[in-house]
Amino acid sequence: MSFLPDLVCPAGSLPALKAAVDNGADAVYLGFKNDTNARNFAGLNFDAKTMADGIRYAHGKGREVLLAINTFAQAGRVADWQRAVDAAVDQGVDAIILADVGLLDYAVHRHPQQRLHLSVQGSATSYEAINFCQREFGIRRAVLPRVLTLAQVEHVIKNTTVEIEVFGFGSLCVMNEGRCWLSSYACGESPNTVGACSPAKYVKWDKKPGEMETRLNGILIDRFADSEPAGYPTLCKGRFEVEGETYYALEEPTSLNVLSILPEILKIGVRAIKVEGRQRSPAYVTQVTRTLRAALDSLRDGNERFHVKPAWQAELAKVSEGSQATLGAYSRPWR
Amino acid sequence: MNPTFAIPKFRLPGFVAGIGHKLPQWPHALALVGGLNAALKMNLLPEDGLTALEDKLFRVRVLDTGGEASYTYRDGMFRPVFRPAREPDLAFAANLSAFLQLLARQEDPDTLFFNRELEITGDTELGLVVKNMLDAVEWPSLPQLPFPGR
Repeated sequence: MSFLPDLVCPAGSLPALKAAVDNGADAVYLGFKNDTNARNFAGLNFDAKTMADGIRYAHGKGREVLLAINTFAQAGRVADWQRAVDAAVDQGVDAIILADVGLLDYAVHRHPQQRLHLSVQGSATSYEAINFCQREFGIRRAVLPRVLTLAQVEHVIKNTTVEIEVFGFGSLCVMNEGRCWLSSYACGESPNTVGACSPAKYVKWDKKPGEMETRLNGILIDRFADSEPAGYPTLCKGRFEVEGETYYALEEPTSLNVLSILPEILKIGVRAIKVEGRQRSPAYVTQVTRTLRAALDSLRDGNERFHVKPAWQAELAKVSEGSQATLGAYSRPWR
Repeated sequence: MNPTFAIPKFRLPGFVAGIGHKLPQWPHALALVGGLNAALKMNLLPEDGLTALEDKLFRVRVLDTGGEASYTYRDGMFRPVFRPAREPDLAFAANLSAFLQLLARQEDPDTLFFNRELEITGDTELGLVVKNMLDAVEWPSLPQLPFPGR
């Protein structure tokens, strides 16, 4: 029997958390209703009561709860982020996912017993960076940014004792993890300042006969024909005119999907596979969790007979942004 | 919900909308507002989300039935608006099957939006509040009926 990595699924609400647990997630990740959370969207996330309910539900079924405090403390407001760490400890989460080294330092000294994970927003792509965080802050796991090839992920794993978590499914962006200011360029706000990329108050979907325009703070980002799939209203997924040609100059709206390389991911010793999408609904969480659970379970008896079922791919393709999927950086034959 | 039952994607024939447009629209508005107020009474909708809805005008348009309902939220109640005097703050438009799939939590609104099966126009942040509010509702589970053979 092969060792299976943990399936870590997103929860933006209590029903989404229950959907993840009920459909086979080993762990769920969630966040507070404020800007310590990089998914700080209106109406999303957990207050103290729903979080306590969610943790009780997950723990009752033997699953873990990871709490993301994955933005960087703003100048003059460091105490808000420290309070979030204290509140997470009080809630009894299994691990806190942190990006800010100042906050990691606070957490390890204030709560030495608390398990800490390094967030993808921490942008550690080398084993040296990860081992530094292990030495200084005692991190037990690091979530790798979605910019490494599979061979590079393997190289990291071979050179660290920190558990490695990688992304398995979800929307992709330009992946300048933790350092992206593109949204601020358009509207003055970005994940690192308010906890949200392209905040909804700046977004306008303009329906016209035969087409739809997307604007971010007045800037035209894309124009879709009625039959064309749409994507999130972010600058990195806009179509722009560059030297006379209009195209997705930075990134196409697309989703990462690792189903086809799942055996390789297991073989190199990945400890956990993460699903993106705390902004999505319980229906998405249900569909993606049960699909990845089925795929992982089919690997329990070894890699030899693994084949990707068309039904799995169809389920994941349906919920993908831009209705297309990619292996992203994992497969870069030109490297 | 019965896990084996799935609402298929369908589109009603064009003539249905043709007739639907000519029918009075007030029954849709009353039914929708009645449902929303029932959810209010059961305290299913969170207070912080509701304050964002105050005095906003909403429109739900079912493209393939030709049905349309406008409503607002004021003083703790959803109220139908039969002759809206202005453009809605937030408007949803989709075929009946997409609305049913959303209500049954069978499909994700972002999925339907990406696939262009759900149209959301107007105040995007208000749309997000409504979407996340409905996502966060813990619908009471229906009693499990003792079907023979299950």
